[in-house]
Amino acid sequence: MGIIEKIAGPLVVARDMSDSNMYDVVKVGDARLVGEIIQLRGEKAVIQVYEDTTGVKPGEPVATTAAPLSVSLGPGVLGQIYDGIQRPLEILQKKSGAFIARGISADPIAMDKKWKFVATAKKGEIVHEGSIVGYVQETEYVKHYIMIPKGIRGKIKNIGSGTFNLKEEVAVIEDKSEEIKITMMQDRPVRNASKFAKKFRSEEPLITGQRIIDTFFPIAKGGSAAVPGPFGAGKTVIQHQLAKYTDADIVVYVGCGERGNEMTEILTEFPELKDPKTGRPLIERTVLIANTSNMPVAAREASVYTGITIAEYFRDMGYNVAIMADSTSRWAEAMREISARLEEMPGEEGYPAYLSKRLAEYYERSGKIESLGGKIGSVTIIGAVSPPGGDISEPVSQGTLRVVKAFWSLDASLANARHFPSINWLNSYSLYLDALDPWYKKNIGERYIENRQEAMRLLQREAELKDIVQLVGEDALPDSEKVVLDIGRMLREDYLRQSAFDEIDAYTSFKKQGLILGSILHFSKRAGEAVSKGVSSQRVSTIKARAEISRMKTIPEKEIESHSKKINEEIDKEVNALIREEEGEVSEARAEEKVSK
Amino acid sequence: MKFDIEYKTLTSVAGPLVVVGKVNNAAYNEIVKIRMKNGEERLGQVLETTDEYAVVQVFGPTNGINIKTTSVSFLGETFKIGVSEEMLGRVFDGQGRPKDNDIPVAYEERRDINGEPINPASRGMPSDFIETGISSIDGLNTLVRGQKLPIFSGSGLPHNMLTAQITRQAKVKNSSDGFAVVFAGIGITYDDASYFIEEFRRTGALSRTVAFINLADDPSIERIITPRIALTTAEFLAYEKGMHVLVILNDMTNYAEALRELASAREEVPGRRGYPGYMYTDLASIYERAGIIKGKKGSITQLNVVTMPSDDVTHPIPDLTGYITEGQIYLNRELYNKGIYPPINPQGSLSRLMNQGIGHGKTREDHRGVADQLYGAYARALEAKNLSAIVGVEALSEIDRIYLNFGEKFENNFVRQGFDESRSIEDTLSIGWDLLSKLPETDLTRIKKEYVSKYYKKEGK
Repeated sequence: MGIIEKIAGPLVVARDMSDSNMYDVVKVGDARLVGEIIQLRGEKAVIQVYEDTTGVKPGEPVATTAAPLSVSLGPGVLGQIYDGIQRPLEILQKKSGAFIARGISADPIAMDKKWKFVATAKKGEIVHEGSIVGYVQETEYVKHYIMIPKGIRGKIKNIGSGTFNLKEEVAVIEDKSEEIKITMMQDRPVRNASKFAKKFRSEEPLITGQRIIDTFFPIAKGGSAAVPGPFGAGKTVIQHQLAKYTDADIVVYVGCGERGNEMTEILTEFPELKDPKTGRPLIERTVLIANTSNMPVAAREASVYTGITIAEYFRDMGYNVAIMADSTSRWAEAMREISARLEEMPGEEGYPAYLSKRLAEYYERSGKIESLGGKIGSVTIIGAVSPPGGDISEPVSQGTLRVVKAFWSLDASLANARHFPSINWLNSYSLYLDALDPWYKKNIGERYIENRQEAMRLLQREAELKDIVQLVGEDALPDSEKVVLDIGRMLREDYLRQSAFDEIDAYTSFKKQGLILGSILHFSKRAGEAVSKGVSSQRVSTIKARAEISRMKTIPEKEIESHSKKINEEIDKEVNALIREEEGEVSEARAEEKVSK
Repeated sequence: MKFDIEYKTLTSVAGPLVVVGKVNNAAYNEIVKIRMKNGEERLGQVLETTDEYAVVQVFGPTNGINIKTTSVSFLGETFKIGVSEEMLGRVFDGQGRPKDNDIPVAYEERRDINGEPINPASRGMPSDFIETGISSIDGLNTLVRGQKLPIFSGSGLPHNMLTAQITRQAKVKNSSDGFAVVFAGIGITYDDASYFIEEFRRTGALSRTVAFINLADDPSIERIITPRIALTTAEFLAYEKGMHVLVILNDMTNYAEALRELASAREEVPGRRGYPGYMYTDLASIYERAGIIKGKKGSITQLNVVTMPSDDVTHPIPDLTGYITEGQIYLNRELYNKGIYPPINPQGSLSRLMNQGIGHGKTREDHRGVADQLYGAYARALEAKNLSAIVGVEALSEIDRIYLNFGEKFENNFVRQGFDESRSIEDTLSIGWDLLSKLPETDLTRIKKEYVSKYYKKEGK
């Protein structure tokens, strides 16, 4: 038992702490606030406290729990909303009302709830950490596998299916002469990556239904991506869209130091929205971590770790898990605040010198793996970054970009024109394109890749031409280039721009993406042909079918195939007519010439 | 009991900070009373406490504090203020003491000014449309109950007028619930303060208003607590008395500067432009107190004025504010110089909660589409304008000229309106359609086809 010597904000110094370990969780003061030891100096310990320290006095006691900061995992985690240190917010609400009182605690998962456990391992089997011994059907689509916790190995002495709560043993393991009871719950320390057997390179995209991401800047299952952007550029909307529509099996959403009302939005919407893959309410595949900006800063630092540890747990069961962290900058700032209070020598912009190491360690916890229990699963990390003033030359953005492989650069000027998602197509990148190409070829067709390249070429050409137009005006361009400008505009408006608030446009399947892009490029090809035969670009750009292409994104998935076929035929018909007309005029003119001769 | 002990053990005074020695059990954030030799009393708060000394931040000037004769007593509680419904119609100073007359207020309750964070699971979704009567807000960046929306302004821009106009005109359709205004003047001039008080009196809003005024020449450290006192009062009125409270914090830039002053007095490592690294967290502890709580009747909506030093939106104060608030209303000097009031620039303005408050049954089914289309068209108009500045209007294509014309009409007919002009949402949308109808119908790709055919005004129709 230690004694408090000093309190300054979230930092507390206590003496008589020589028995405790670095990163042990402690209970601080008479109010028993949760804290974590972050420095040991002689018999003194420096503690960061996860709750507001108002009212704590020197002389009050500090008790160690002798365990590192951990999360409790087991059936019942799905659909929960936790704060940064895994306190269940809905239960806290029942205990202390609408405002979070200090020093209250609650079990992260309901310990008394009964679950139907189905044993898959047999008596006499040798098991070790990560071995799967059975499962609980937690939701209609998620089998919650029960794994052997860390540090346990031996022979199963006893196991049986049945109905149990989380306190009851479902199996007994015999190790030499010792008997270890296994329940359906386990604890995992949050600051260490969970072990796995093997890591792979991922060759399958995380399908998001967002056209600009899926087509141009995809992310692999098990990959990592960063979304930096100034405020108002739509980081949060993108994160929400991904949480709603990705084809991951489990989504962990970490609201780290962000707005309370945004978490409310998720909490209100997710029980009602349907998972596009299974048709079940989204909340059934989601775990939410909400440590909003007005909640204690140290818990904000912990929240991203709490999130990723939960993600790894489901990964080890063989699921594809996606974790969204919004925003990692707030996490970095929390690190900076704690570091400053520790009076550490600051690095760049006051951030601690270990900032980039922490970022790298975090993103390295993504990946596609074979778990110790022999399942293949993945964790994909998508981190939002909020650079001050939108300038990504700052340490958090730079530290992040060094480790992630997909970069979705948000652009304030696009956001100002309400072009969402405001991902800039000229300076974003994805290093997964090559690795994913075989998958695209096999599942969607060779054509898709060609179309993507052609569309990107046109967008880049459009940007060059726009620079010229800025100097000489559009009228000075030849018709063949005016057409490129027009196609560029179509690609931006009718393909890249996607409304998160239109129920049909919000999600576009790969098939539909291919068809829309196909129609635009078909128009592009035919328009180029017509112009080369002398048809004016203005006439080509105003054909009726062009307006129909604009509306393709709001055509339901079911009708899109026949619709696109019709549009393509319409384009051909109208363009052919224009060409015939033009040729007719030309030959008429020639005939007149002949006559006059 | 230590409450009876008066410590005459001051060891240092520097800026707003006083260090009290030989005290070993001061609580963190505890309130202290500082008594001068002549009997004058000031309040302070414990910022750091150890088993040997305590660092105290003084709310008020530190002049006259004497190391030998000044005494300090610890009050054993955090900063609390009295709150009651009776406060409506009254004016208080920055520490919550009546300023308008000597009639004491009968307080119903005493509350900690720091409040407690709202449990995210307890928040209700803000979705009641507030009609401000201002087209560029209602039409393009709709405000909803429970939102926090700052006004990004600059020196010399009419943010005070706009704030006053919104306060006067704001209403929620089909709602007869009580409303109240809590106004916190933070480091504002006497002129500005009296402008607001007069406006509230003129429009009859004063009897529904609680005003806290910290003037520019009041102690700057007091500015740290003024917004918190205002919000504590607002929370009482909203969640205990069921009122819909509009909180106006004016001006948050002065607040942030006081925070910086305090940080530098504490010799903390400075962050960007000298502001403390924890400014984001600190601002959030104010802004996040807006909202709606499930099962409670009232709500807190915040309208905060942030004057951007040299109109720079990347300055830490507006920057961090924008990352916390749910959008921003952006005032623009160029528009104002053109004589346009309110000079709200749609570019850069945003309301994140707009979608919850608009659409069928709330405003009108075409609202989202109209807003998006106006945005897109105005952005294109500005592009055309830039282009025409280089190549001349003649070199523009016909369609660019149409957009150029649209841009001017948009600024003059849609954005511009009178200080006393309140437009209903139908009027606003109708002006929007007038403007959109000047564009080719095929260009309106951001609006659903059925709404275009319903509202597009064909010529001669």
